[in-house]
Order: sequence, then structure tokens, then C-alpha cells
Amino acid sequence: MARPQYSEKGDHIASHEPVRVSRYRGFTRANHWVTAVCLIVLALSGLSLFDPALYFLTGLFGGGQTTRWLHPIVGVVLFVSFALMFVQLWRLNMPRREDAKWMARIGDVVKQNEDKLPELGKYNPGQKFVFWGMSGLIVVLILTGIAIWEQFFPGLVSIPVRRIAVLIHALAAVAIILVFIIHVYAAIWTRGTLRAMTRGTVTGGWAYRHHRKWLRELAARDNKGPAE
Amino acid sequence: MKDTASGPTTAVSNPPVQPTEAYFDQGDITRISATRNVPQPDRELTKLAKLIDVSKCIGCKACQSACVEWNDTDPGVGENVGVYENPHDLTPDMFTLMRFSEWENPVTNELEWLIRKDGCMHCEDPGCLKACPAPGAIVQYSNGIVDFNHDNCIGCGYCVTGCPFNIPRISDTDHKSYKCTLCSDRVAVGQGPACAKACPTQAIVFGTKDDMKAHAEGRIEDLKSRGYENAGLYDPEGVGGTHVMYVLHHRDQPGLYANLPEEPRISPVVEGWKGVTKTAGLAVMGIAAAGAALHGLFARPNEVEEHDEVEADRLVDGRDPQDGGQV
Repeated sequence: MARPQYSEKGDHIASHEPVRVSRYRGFTRANHWVTAVCLIVLALSGLSLFDPALYFLTGLFGGGQTTRWLHPIVGVVLFVSFALMFVQLWRLNMPRREDAKWMARIGDVVKQNEDKLPELGKYNPGQKFVFWGMSGLIVVLILTGIAIWEQFFPGLVSIPVRRIAVLIHALAAVAIILVFIIHVYAAIWTRGTLRAMTRGTVTGGWAYRHHRKWLRELAARDNKGPAE
Repeated sequence: MKDTASGPTTAVSNPPVQPTEAYFDQGDITRISATRNVPQPDRELTKLAKLIDVSKCIGCKACQSACVEWNDTDPGVGENVGVYENPHDLTPDMFTLMRFSEWENPVTNELEWLIRKDGCMHCEDPGCLKACPAPGAIVQYSNGIVDFNHDNCIGCGYCVTGCPFNIPRISDTDHKSYKCTLCSDRVAVGQGPACAKACPTQAIVFGTKDDMKAHAEGRIEDLKSRGYENAGLYDPEGVGGTHVMYVLHHRDQPGLYANLPEEPRISPVVEGWKGVTKTAGLAVMGIAAAGAALHGLFARPNEVEEHDEVEADRLVDGRDPQDGGQV
């Protein structure tokens, strides 16, 4: 069988009445939530050391010293966890021709003029932006983070380089928190999305409305499958 | 009742026989790391300074020994790799270090042995304090002493990033940052720093900053009369002046003295990180979070419509659920 263009091999029609479509298997969901918890811990611990007004957040982790050692270790866990997710998700997040059209009609996306938007595969350009934004920023954060990791890499880079690394780390952290806000907001604004990461399935209507090419491919595969 | 000590004006006097009260304390703190709007003390103490006359230094390391003894640190037994520095760098257990530089003076054709006692410069505008994220881990007193309060230190190393002189060192054992305290505990009871007290040639002297500048002037005049026409005082403006100053025979080339920075200042990168990045970053994140929350509460959500479900059924099952027939 040829590699599916718009879906992962594991995606399938989970039930017919009502129509439910399997979007993420258990492993991917667990992987996602480990990453999510890490990102939240990192954001809170990072912010606590970013501005004195937020230093009280170190109390969540048991004080400044604990926050100082915990933050980079959770960073490494997130990096590994995200890398696993990257391997699973990158292919369908590659940009496609129809993405440009969708981007050009971003106003219709916000106004929910769904009939004016092109049909899309498993991910829309907004989701792809979040995916690549996270991917790029996580690489920047882990590299600059290691450069300023006093406990294990005190002399890895010279002090002038370290100053630049700490500045880039802060800027990238602000950027990734913005991407995180977009990610969470979009998942809530687009009703019916969250269950893809909790139960693993979405309704047929959701798939039809937002990811029609994805649904078409799964439906075609479903019909060609073994006889019922 | 104990008498209050008077501020030290020299390091050579011997301590009084009777115990004395400290002449300055928490009430004289003018700056606190990661703390805005520090209440300013009612009085301002006389500015103090340590003056290190490099031209008088014989490299005996008595200052290092005195420092180790007074601060009760244990730098451990070193390893000889064929250089005079011992230990090879400042460490969490060695707050001051003699750095030896050999330089062939192109004018006189003579080999000069330049020995600089490295350590915290006690900047008037301390980069460590500016970079520190832990409230109260670094403080500055109105007499100019910059001191670390280890109870509040979290060991992040931001002070290393902020310091223009590469001074603080983080301990592997307790994960706290260490540097010269200017013997704040000795100074508080009217005594000069241990290094100055121990220096056999009085290359290290201690007193009020004004006295030290005046003393330096005399030394510089003397050096100039001996042919060191570029002799001068190192009290760099870029960090607002320092409370540890050097008399250098080659003030025009501070780099000769184991890379003493020519014009030290807090790096603009550090200023940008702790300044505009912090303010603008927090503002942008706050606005984004608040905007998303408000929009989420009041804007029409993107909901799946009945029509979508119908179409999905038609697509997946190839039938229209309304009439149950095939398409």
C-alpha cells in the first residue's frame, strides 16, 4: 500500500454510528502530556528566575535551590519527550500547497467562513506553525540552556558567549510561551479538539469541518478494508 | 555594654582588647539583588577602599594565606604545572589570587614581572547584583562593600554572567557562589581586610576611598619620577568606580596585568537581558494570556455544526443518514 498522503497509518475510522475518528493513539497522547507537563513546569520555574516579581513561584518547587537544579533537568526530559513526538508528527506537518491559500484567507478562518477555506489534511497551517515553532524554539532553548547550565557545564562556553546565550534563552522562552498560549487557545476555541488528546478520537463532524482531506483518505481506506 | 567600633581607616592597627559592636549592619544596605525600591538608609557611611599597589607587590602570597585563614576556606593541595599561580584560578575556596605576568617592555628592553592580586573589585555598580535573580543573595552597603548572602543564593551562576571581572565561583559542594567579601566581618568591627593586614610590603592598604586615592597619588608621583610615565590609578568609571583599586605602573595598558579589562562595564547584553527583555517579555506574555482568556470567554467559539456531522456520515458510510439511502 502506498504511504498515505494526509494521514498516519494508524489513523482510522473508530466507529460508524456515530462516526468517530481515531486521531492519536495512546502512546502519542501520553507522549504529548508528558511534554505538556514539562513545558508548564519549565515555564513556571523559568519565569520565577526571569523576574523578581515572580520569584515566589520557586515556592511551588520547594525554593530557589530546588528550582535551579530542577529546571534544566526537566528541560532535558522535555527535549527527549518532544523529540519522540517530533518523529511521529513531522511528516504530516510539512507545508503543502493548500496551506498558502488557507493562510491568505486567515480572516475567513477567524470569521468561521468554513466554505471559503481549502480542504486540509491532518494539520492546518496554524497547527503546523505551532509544531515548527515549538521544534525550533526547543532546539534553541536546549542549546542555550546547556551553555548556561552552571551545575554541569560551568566552563563550556566563555563568559561573553554565556551572556548572549542567557539573553537568547530568555527571548526564546518568551516566544515559546506565546506559541504555547496560541496552542492552548486554538485547542479550546476550536470546540471538539481537546478530545483528540484526551480520548484519542474526534467526531466525524469535527474531522469533516476542519480536516476534510484527512477524513476523506481515512474513509476511502475504511471502505477498501476487509469486508464487514 | 560594648562600645561600637569606629569605621576602619587603616588595616595596620591592632584590634582592641575589649569586644566591640559592629559599626554597620543590615540597616546600611543600599542595594539588594532582585529587589525593587530598597528603602534607603538614613545615614551614608564613608566610602571605603582597598588599594593594591602592583609596583610594591613581591608576589609572596601572604594575602592569599591570610584570606584562606580568615575565611576558613580549604583550597586543597594543588598541582604544579610550572606556573606561579597557586591555585591556578580563583575557586569557591580561594577568593583572591596572585596572577603573574611576564612582559618585555619594548621601550626599556627590560623584562618586567607584573603581579596582580585578583579578586572582587567591589564595583559601585555591581554587575553580579544586577544579574542575580534571588532576592537578597547579593547586597551592597553604603560604604561600598558588595557582599553575598549565602542563605539566599541559589547557585544559578547569573552573577558569573553579570560580573565584568570574572570573579564569582560556584561551589560544587553547596551550590552557592563565593567571592571576596572585603572582609565585611572584620571591617564592621573596625579592622582592615585580612589580606591588607598580612601584606609585608604594604602593597595592599586599606582605608576611606578618599584617603586611598590620596595615597595612590603619592605613589603615582613616585613611580613617574622613576620613569614610569604612564603610572596611574585603576578606578574604572564604567562600573561607577571600584572599592578595590590598583596602582599600575602601566595604567595605559591594564591588559598587561593578566588581562585586567581596559574599560570594564556591565555588558550591554546583560543590561538588555535584565532591562528591556524582561519588561517587554513580561508585557507581551501577559497581554497574550489575558487577550486569549478574554477572547475565549466572550468570542463565539468555532463549533462543529449539525451539517458537518451529516456530511461526515455521508463521506464515511457513503450514505445520507437523513434518508438512509445510498448516494
